Amino acid sequence: MSTLLQVEGLSKRYRRGNQEVAALDGVSLSIAPGETLALVGPSGSGKSTVARILLRLVEPDAGRISFNGEALLGLRGAALRAIRANLQMVFQDPMAAFNPRATVAGLIDDPLRIHGIVGRAERPRAIATLLERVGLATELAGRRVHEISGGQRQRVAIARALATRPALIVLDEAVSALDVLVRADILSLLAELQRDEGVAYLFISHDLGAVRAIAHRIAIMDGGRIVEQGEAATVIAAPASATGRALVAATPELPVFKETVS
Amino acid sequence: MTPLLELRGLGVRYKGAVAPALEGVDLDLAAGERLAIIGESGSGKSTLARAVAELLPQTVIQQGTVAWPGLDQKARNGRDIGFVFQDPASSLDPVMPVGDQVAEVAHANLDMDWRAARRLAVELLDRVRLPEPALLAQAYPHQLSGGQKQRVAIAAAIVARPRLLIADEATSALDTIVQAEIMALISALVAEDGMALLFVSHDIALAANLADRVAVFRHGRLVEQAATAELVSQPRTDYSRALLAAHLGLHA
Repeated sequence: MSTLLQVEGLSKRYRRGNQEVAALDGVSLSIAPGETLALVGPSGSGKSTVARILLRLVEPDAGRISFNGEALLGLRGAALRAIRANLQMVFQDPMAAFNPRATVAGLIDDPLRIHGIVGRAERPRAIATLLERVGLATELAGRRVHEISGGQRQRVAIARALATRPALIVLDEAVSALDVLVRADILSLLAELQRDEGVAYLFISHDLGAVRAIAHRIAIMDGGRIVEQGEAATVIAAPASATGRALVAATPELPVFKETVS
Repeated sequence: MTPLLELRGLGVRYKGAVAPALEGVDLDLAAGERLAIIGESGSGKSTLARAVAELLPQTVIQQGTVAWPGLDQKARNGRDIGFVFQDPASSLDPVMPVGDQVAEVAHANLDMDWRAARRLAVELLDRVRLPEPALLAQAYPHQLSGGQKQRVAIAAAIVARPRLLIADEATSALDTIVQAEIMALISALVAEDGMALLFVSHDIALAANLADRVAVFRHGRLVEQAATAELVSQPRTDYSRALLAAHLGLHA
């Protein structure tokens, strides 16, 4: 099996006062093309630090990252920009990630323009196609982001990520803030896009219920380390680590009522 | 039996809003009962919680009645109602030791001097299972984790032994493991003190594990209310069915 993303021995320490805190301690993981790997763990386990390092927002103290066969950590300038088109990100709160005055069309136009995906003349049509792709009416193009719903905003964020036809999208708690019905819709949209376009996902979440709906494999993090990694169904059915067991036990289930109430 | 709380025709409209946030809500809560208020964003569930505790801004237009047949007088916040908000970082005072924040509620509501109130606060921090409560009472909110802050907020909410505890998305900002711990804590405290509970949540599975009865809200209206077992196994409305179907559990 080929590998799209290979992360090896990633470590990152932060200073807090005169103490050193290990945010990441030797994290290794890999993602195949078209695959979804879920990174699951409690708050402070280091999940988002992995995402920030992948986006080169934070530099690790040690470790190697190979993306599409290229060493990601050494890249700068044009080479880094080229990789970024291929490695996109969707955050938890699109309102915090977007310029609030931007229009829907403007937000989707940014990556098309910056990465030179299509010429100026074709951009309106490319925007319309992307809006359709994520299930949004093309009439929304002129709206500002504060005028649309949270679910619509997250669809815009996905359209924006898809615009550069990336091989990998990092989804950092991307469905955590959504209403339950909207969350179910966005998860099926993500699955559909993966089926059609072969995009891989790194799905970062603390919610094992959402993870079960979308992930092929699960890596469980705690205290900056990966404490367990395996096929999604196996990890959920028989978690091997204490953190895995705690996460499974803590996931809310609908109570089962054996006898129907008259 | 006389209910503790009785809502009749409750309607709320925020200033400048086109649609009402709540409309025509009739709902009873018995003493010691655990009622879940379920809904998505904009359903009016938090508005309902705030209307019950009289925490809505002065500028709202309110209709209908909030009555307390189970009390001899109107419910007093802190004394008869304890309120736990979603974000403990913003409900706690950042520059006051957490023990004093619990003690302040006791001092103000229980006619207790500061010494006694501080002693009681330490007992409460112990009851919400915070480690080394006497030491932790001196800590400031920023020194605590999100889960620990929420435990402090719960201690402050129940210190005056209220008849009703309102938890408004009290676990939504916490991760799954901490959420489960806080749920277990709320459940135990409510049972020990015989408090009624108004549990406001977007998560029907979470609520169903705690509540005796569930009320489902949508667009400001009460869509359906039923005993938890009935609502989960035989929902009467399409909307409740959709919410149940959208639940993402580990066994389906």
